[in-house]
Amino acid sequence: MTGPRGARLARAAGGSVRARLGRRPAVGFRSVTDTLGLERESQRQRSPSLARLLGWVSLATGTATLAAPPTVMRICGIDDSPAARWWLRAMGVRELGHAATLLVPRQVAWAAWLRVAGDVLDLAASSRALSAQRDPERRRRLGTAVAVIGGITLLDVVAAISANRGRRLFRDAMRVRASVTVNRPVREVYGFWRDFANLPRFMRHLESVRQVGDRQWHWAARAPAGRSVSWHAELVEDRPNEMIKWRSTAEATVPNSGCVRFSPAAGGRGTEVRVEIGYSLPGGPVGAGIARIFGEHPEQQIADDLRRFKQVLETGEIVRSDGSPDGTSIQQLVMQRPAQPRATSDEAGR
Amino acid sequence: MKATCWIAPNKVAVTEVPDPQILNPRDAIVRVTTAAICGSDVHLLSGFIPGMRRGDVLGHEIVGEIVELGSAVRDGLRVGDRVVIPFPVACGGCSSCERGLYSLCENSNPNASLAEMVLGHSPAGILGYSHLLGGYAGGQAEYVRVPFADVGALPVNDLPDEQAIFLSDVFPTGYMAAEMCDIQPGDIVAVWGAGPVGLFAALSAHLLGAERVIVIDRFPSRLRMAREKAGAETVNYEDTNVIDALREMTAGRGPDACIDAVGMEAHHASPALHAYDRGKQAAKIEQDRPHALREAVLACRNGGIVSVVGTYSGFIDTFPMGSLMNRSLTMRAGQCHVHRYMRPLLARIRAGEIDPSFAITHTLRLADAPHGYDIAKNKHDECVKVLLKP
Repeated sequence: MTGPRGARLARAAGGSVRARLGRRPAVGFRSVTDTLGLERESQRQRSPSLARLLGWVSLATGTATLAAPPTVMRICGIDDSPAARWWLRAMGVRELGHAATLLVPRQVAWAAWLRVAGDVLDLAASSRALSAQRDPERRRRLGTAVAVIGGITLLDVVAAISANRGRRLFRDAMRVRASVTVNRPVREVYGFWRDFANLPRFMRHLESVRQVGDRQWHWAARAPAGRSVSWHAELVEDRPNEMIKWRSTAEATVPNSGCVRFSPAAGGRGTEVRVEIGYSLPGGPVGAGIARIFGEHPEQQIADDLRRFKQVLETGEIVRSDGSPDGTSIQQLVMQRPAQPRATSDEAGR
Repeated sequence: MKATCWIAPNKVAVTEVPDPQILNPRDAIVRVTTAAICGSDVHLLSGFIPGMRRGDVLGHEIVGEIVELGSAVRDGLRVGDRVVIPFPVACGGCSSCERGLYSLCENSNPNASLAEMVLGHSPAGILGYSHLLGGYAGGQAEYVRVPFADVGALPVNDLPDEQAIFLSDVFPTGYMAAEMCDIQPGDIVAVWGAGPVGLFAALSAHLLGAERVIVIDRFPSRLRMAREKAGAETVNYEDTNVIDALREMTAGRGPDACIDAVGMEAHHASPALHAYDRGKQAAKIEQDRPHALREAVLACRNGGIVSVVGTYSGFIDTFPMGSLMNRSLTMRAGQCHVHRYMRPLLARIRAGEIDPSFAITHTLRLADAPHGYDIAKNKHDECVKVLLKP
């Protein structure tokens, strides 16, 4: 590595590429049922059905506005003028845009707020028309339209808040998962992990883990921007050859917890290892975003760590190449060295 | 040391790079005595394999002498041993390696997540073969670092380089191509491509009991080599319709097995059809030009086997899936699991059954590697196999 500052700058530059390389969190998948309860996790996200329904409403109104402008104008009590016709057509196109974003799976959270913005626009336009309108019948119709739009706005706000609340809950406490199959007996795989002092051998961010009490360990890790953090963690549950659970004690800067499950893969295919790590970063989603800029991609990192775990158990070493002299890691993947030997024996980071 | 480096598409240069060092306990450093240019190196040269960077050292066909060993090399290797190096990097400990599928080693590609984006899952790392497959420096150089030397490096002792070099890739690859054909008594095997792999596939088909072998290419010198050295009948696709010819030669049945030893840079007798795929390749709509593969599928007899060892990197268009499905064809493919074949094929060479050195047409100094790449790509000077001597 060059100086820490150069490395930091280079890492910041690679951030966006890295974000694209990273894998999606497992909860993006639907209808997955397994021993870890992924399905349960995906159900915990708020149902987007209201936002979805509003998407269909957008589709209907957008189509109607574009297909039969005179009818829509009559119902709403709008004067038939070239300006009004132009305005109405723009509204129709906008509604179709809402429909497109709301009906695309997994995009509802921000799309719902777009609809609220559209409602505000409609309210402003129709209120202005109302104040200018003199004809009593048309005023009555316009008044009804304003009231209906107001109601719809309320509904949209509810939909937007509920769609976003699911997301925010999920993002404050990051949970990442990964799994790997290791061609070794469960006893050996469990035993290697159970000795937490082994974790820094394959978890790239950890500097050291040492036992400080009966069920307590002191963990030290590298943090973004060249800093380092340490904390105490305790063993919460230990079922030999099945599961290990741990969590940080109260005073940790980055409260975190982890769970790893081991099960024999059918037909002598080794051991299935499934890891779930949860932590809340200081600053919530903003903190997570900043970490990402510094090249920290939690989903990819835990997957990389598991690959290294498999390498250590199956081959006894971390596999290194000239392009990736530090072994499997997302940072190196983005900034591969040329595949030629390095100049001096400058020691790889780890 | 001097090494052959990829600079840009269609440009390689021999430049000074640092000497390799032991990075892991199971590594070996080998002083290269002979390296070869492979047909798949030509795909790298052309720029059709993703994940190349300026300065990458090329070369995955290597014979040399061990000059340094890591602390954990357990398998009886000694400094001073003359060894041949298989092109896939394999750990020997994962379940793929345990099942003999060495080119699918689950641990040897440190850039596996990159390969997963393109290929779905990652195969093994390969020496000198793109960052997608590991980012390992190759062996067209004075020295090379060999990871997992205890699993890969095979001592050849007194066997001359000119024979041993063929165990690193082309002979095992050709042999595996023939083995995948599941050859039965009376079988007729057709081989597309009379390059080194195609020639060894034709030879191996005979070794495995094929009744007749038919080789398809367009270069008269290569076709002559196929007739004289591999005992094959030949078809020149530039002056003959291949599918008609094969139907005629097999009395209407079609070959029992078809081997594609051409891969992604195939040519077509019709300039228009060639331009169609070449244009799509240039526009990156498809990575590979599958003329040979399409023909192999269409020519194969009902219920026959199509065996693919020519290199493909990504996606192809206009694949005759209807033919494959409706006619119950079986398609088998793979990068060669070289480790599995090196010892038995070494025994065949030692026994004098085969002398693979017939395929060598050029032996150049390492410094002339750019010229070697040029003649290998354009088949100038009746080129078949180019060896480089550091």
